[in-house]
Parts: sequence; structure tokens; C-alpha cells
Amino acid sequence: MNLPPAPVAGTRPLSVSTGSPRGPRRSRAAVLGESVLEWVIRLCGISAILFVFGIFFFVLREGVGFLFGGLKLGEFFFSTEWYPTSLSNVRYGVLALIVGTFSVTGLAMLIAVPFGLGAAIFVSEFCSDRWREGLKILIELLAAIPSVVWGFIGISVMNPLIQEVFHVPVGLNVLNGALLLALMSVPIMVSIGEDALKAVPDSFREASLAMGATRWQTVRRVLLPAAKNGLLAAILLGVGRAVGETMAVLMATGHAVNIPKSPFDPVRTLTATIAAELGEASVGSPHYQVLFIIGILLFTITFAVNLVADLVVKGTAKG
Amino acid sequence: MTVATASAATDQEGTGIETRELCLWYGDFQALRSVTLSIRRGLITSLIGPSGCGKTTLLRCFNRVNERYGYVRTTGEIRIHGKNIYDPDVSLVELRKSIGMVFQRPNPLPLSIYENVVFGLRIHRPRSELGKTKLDEAVERALGEVGLWHALKDRLKSPATELQLEQQQKLCIARLIPTEPEVILMDEPCSALDVEGTRAIEELMWSLRGRYTIVIVTHNMAQARRASDESIFMLLGEIVEHRRTEDLFLNPRDQRTAEYVEGRYG
Repeated sequence: MNLPPAPVAGTRPLSVSTGSPRGPRRSRAAVLGESVLEWVIRLCGISAILFVFGIFFFVLREGVGFLFGGLKLGEFFFSTEWYPTSLSNVRYGVLALIVGTFSVTGLAMLIAVPFGLGAAIFVSEFCSDRWREGLKILIELLAAIPSVVWGFIGISVMNPLIQEVFHVPVGLNVLNGALLLALMSVPIMVSIGEDALKAVPDSFREASLAMGATRWQTVRRVLLPAAKNGLLAAILLGVGRAVGETMAVLMATGHAVNIPKSPFDPVRTLTATIAAELGEASVGSPHYQVLFIIGILLFTITFAVNLVADLVVKGTAKG
Repeated sequence: MTVATASAATDQEGTGIETRELCLWYGDFQALRSVTLSIRRGLITSLIGPSGCGKTTLLRCFNRVNERYGYVRTTGEIRIHGKNIYDPDVSLVELRKSIGMVFQRPNPLPLSIYENVVFGLRIHRPRSELGKTKLDEAVERALGEVGLWHALKDRLKSPATELQLEQQQKLCIARLIPTEPEVILMDEPCSALDVEGTRAIEELMWSLRGRYTIVIVTHNMAQARRASDESIFMLLGEIVEHRRTEDLFLNPRDQRTAEYVEGRYG
């Protein structure tokens, strides 16, 4: 996982020493200033670890009471019955939510991986320099669109479009959410995939071209095998992005607890459930705590995906 | 394609590569000035001269790998076995197939040893022609020819990038052999190698001599002297002198050659 950029460390005024330093000795203020600065920077570095553990601790604390006292884990993982506010028979089965998350993410990846990797290959290997700069800016712009705007597009553009093209009664479904997630995770795949391809030494390209390979043969036979770890990491980071996305899927997937049988069925995801229900659950209630347990589950999934991506990238460095 | 078929006509003259009024610019900088020469077929010819004299540029013209960079402009002619390689009907793929190149740093592809050797076959032949026995034979022959077969035959599947540099460079020569090139261009092939490696590559060059026209760029005058039949001395993008290697080193005609060979500059 990336550390957040060190915030203000560089802007601290250093020139506390206005006295006249004579000879080789530095003024005490300058020495002190430097060691303070060093500590500030060190703190910024460590803060990332603190934040990650802090968040994990907080989420765990809110949910742990119910996790070990009251929650039936079998029901939680294997039941599709999600009735957290039922008066007579409360049931907390998140299987449908897990399936919802993975169906949307999976379909999104089916769409995004070919597009994302194709775009990365084009930008890195086939594009002229001028085009490359323009394209990269545009692709990064795609990453800058807020997810609520994507959700809005899902409702107002994709929804009628899907109804019309596929002749289905409702356009807010798995396909809609997957298309949005695909568009949202393509930019990260392109930029990381391009980095991976750029990292392949030019001598490999030259060797291949000098043997008479075409550019496409060079990509397929030399660059893809050489960059495969980096490209896999790009895909995994895209997956992580898609699993964690909330607002767009909340708006575009129909928000119905349901195990989908086709891409045109509405679903509900883990993230959307938390976003939609946390505000209404009273603090400390079992419902509230179950939502935090879902949070722990999500945290674990994205942590695992990121960790695998990281290990895969380390693999590139070695091989 | 024509590079191969046109060769029969010029066989008798024994000319491998011929250039006429070849000029090349990198942007505004002129790197080659009216280079006219003829390199004999089947011999080893070395290109020598101080850094920046254009010898590597000239070598890289022979398979047009210079053109990767958009800002290169070339005028004049290069005839390889009688065919001008700048003619519009020449296919770069076929040209580069018949003119192999060995680089300064050994650059085996990030594939297995086996796949490195058959890379040329895989890109130039349709898949239907590439039976397993045919590929195996090609690997054994190519590695045998460069003297690596006995050392590597039991680990053909391991990555080529893990070999020692000398073996990597031999492998880079071996991978040219299956597509049967007519010319092998070598760009300072020993500069990354130690004394033993250098000796091994030079011996290999002698063993390939006769079957391939070999052009080698070298910084090392002693190497040119040991390992080539003819030498071409270049300075500031021009050919100064082109003669049999012994003659060029023992009694150079041009004052500039004499001074370079004596080591007064460079």
C-alpha cells in the first residue's frame, strides 16, 4: 500500500539562526531545527502505519462485541436473508451481498481488463509521443470524476440505454454497475500497466525488432511475458478499486438483496449496504455492529487484494 | 522478397554490402558523410575509429534499426547482395531476418534459453511448419554452432537472463542462426566481457567466417587486428581508409589512420 505524501514537512522554516556563525561550527538553532525537521518527516512516514492500524482498530472495536457474542457466523456467511430491521425475526445473512459485490466486480473486470491492458499497450508501445501525452491526461481525467457523478450517469444515461438495447424492464442492474466500475478502474490499470511496460529494458525491444519481429510480435512474445507481474498487479489494483467502490454501485445496481441469475438482475453490494443503512441504525445496536462486521470483511478483502498486488510487484523487482 | 534472390547475381564479385554516397542525419547533426564502401562477402570486416565517428551508426544502417527513432534521415544507397535496402519494396521484416545483429550488452530475451533460440523461427515461419522435432533440431544445431550445446543441453528451459555474460552473448549469436542470415552485424560484442569471454567470442567469429559476412564495430584496435580480415577506419562520419587489416595497421596510407593506429588520439 502506498504511503500518503508527507504533508507540510518541506515548508517548515529552517532559517531560525540569524546569528553570525563563524568558523566551521553551526549555530545551535540550525542543528536543533534540523533534528526537529527530521523527526517531523519520520512522523509523517510512520503516520501511515498508525492510520491503517487505527482504522482497523476502530472498525473492529465497533463490531467485535457482536462478532463474538450473538452473531451466528454460519447464518452470516451462508444465508441470503438480510432482514436487519425485522421486528419479529431479525436475520443477518450477507451471502447475497457478497455475491452481489463479486458479480459486479467480476463482470467489471471482464470488461475492464481487455480495455485497460489494451490501452496500456497502445499508450506505451504504439502511440506517438504527442498522442501519448494527450491520452494520458485524458485517462487521468477519467480517474478524477467523482463516483457520485458516475452513479448519476448510471441512472440517467446507462439505465435507459440498457433498457433499450437489451429490452429489459429495469436498467439498474449488475451490468450497469459493472460498466461504471469498469470505466472507473480502467485508468488505474492503464497507468500502472504502462509503467510496467515502460520498465521493460529497451534492449529487449531492440533485440526483437532486429530479429525482424513486428511491433505486435514484440509486444506479444517479449514485452507481455517480461512485464507480466506488473500487468497482473495493475489488474489486482483495479480489482481493489472496484471492490471498494460504493456510491456508483449504490446508485446503479438497483439495491435489491438478491443472488443474480443474469447480468440484468439487480443486486446489492457490501459497500452499498453500509452506506445506505449505517445512518439509520442506532449506534451500538446489533444492526449497527453487523454493518461494522461487514466493514471488517471488506477491509480484509481489499487488504488481501492489495497485499497480493504488492507481492506480485516485488516479484517483478526480483525477476 | 528480394534480398535473398538477388544475391545469386553478385556472387562472383564477392561483394556482401555496398554503400554509395550514404549520408545520415540525426535531426540537424550529420553523422555519416558520403560513405561509399564495399564489404566483401564471407569475411570479417571491422569498423574502427574514435568515439562518435559514426561506426555504430553505419552498422545500424545495414539492418535499418536506426529508423526506430523518428528523427533519423538517410540519403544514398546501401546494397546488400545487390539489392538496395532503401527501395520501397523492401520489407523490413525480411531484411532484418537476413541480417542478424549482436549488441554491445548481451540482450537475450526474457524467455527460456530454448525460446530464445527458436524466437526467429517463431516469428518468421507459420506455426504449422514448427513441429517439435524441427525446433529441437534447430536448437541443437544453433547451440552446437556457438559451442553452448554441451553446457546448456540439460537446462534449455531455464531463463536465458540467468546465464553468464559470455554465454548470453554466445546465445545472442546462436539465436540468429536458425533463420539463416547472410550477414551478422556485431556492435562491440565483447565490450561487456572479460578476457576469456572476449577470446571465446573471437574464436566463434572465426568459426562462423566464410558462411556469414561479418561486420564488427570495435573500440579495441588489438581486437580488430586479431579478429578481422579487413578494416575500415572512420573519422567524423567519413571513411578514411579501408584495406586488409594487416596493411591498415602495418603501413597505413593516410596520416590520420597512422596516428590513430599509433594511439595518438581516440
